Amino acid sequence: MADSITWNTDLDKALAEAKGSGKLVLLDFSAAPM
Amino acid sequence: MYPSAAVSTLVNDSFVPVRVHVKQQEAFAKLGEKYGAQWTPTTLVIDATGVERHRMEGFLPEGDFASQLLLGRAHAARLAGDFAEAEDRYKLVIERYPLTDAAAESQYWAGVARYKATSDHHALIETARAFEQRYQDSPWAKKASVWQQKEA
Repeated sequence: MADSITWNTDLDKALAEAKGSGKLVLLDFSAAPM
Repeated sequence: MYPSAAVSTLVNDSFVPVRVHVKQQEAFAKLGEKYGAQWTPTTLVIDATGVERHRMEGFLPEGDFASQLLLGRAHAARLAGDFAEAEDRYKLVIERYPLTDAAAESQYWAGVARYKATSDHHALIETARAFEQRYQDSPWAKKASVWQQKEA
């Protein structure tokens, strides 16, 4: 099953989206294969 | 991150996901320094003001990881002062992932959240009693044990 998460790369934009949506931000520091 | 529908749904429903890859050296160094991330995987739950509310460091099996995501949501509500919502979220961790470390921690914090919402110390006593029935060997049972003494 495919990973259907669409990852953002800009934290500031994600924080702005979180403010508008009421969601939290999940910040993943990763070394997984790209 | 896990290629499972359950984790993807949880992430998409409750979070705005941001990934910083170690190969993105500038961004990784900048955000790594800001949030004290020195290892991968490190996954943080951050509120909309940029404040860290929960941290996962190192690999976790899928169920443990999912339970930690829910635990992070509960912590965020508690630390924002929404204690009733936090209690509900902690109980959801126990309901969905009863065999995880996050469940034992959630049992502790659910009691704290109920106490903070009601100022009724019986919430803490009942939580200590609950640890006699479940998660007796967890560190959270030790932390809750002090509340038994309130009744003496």
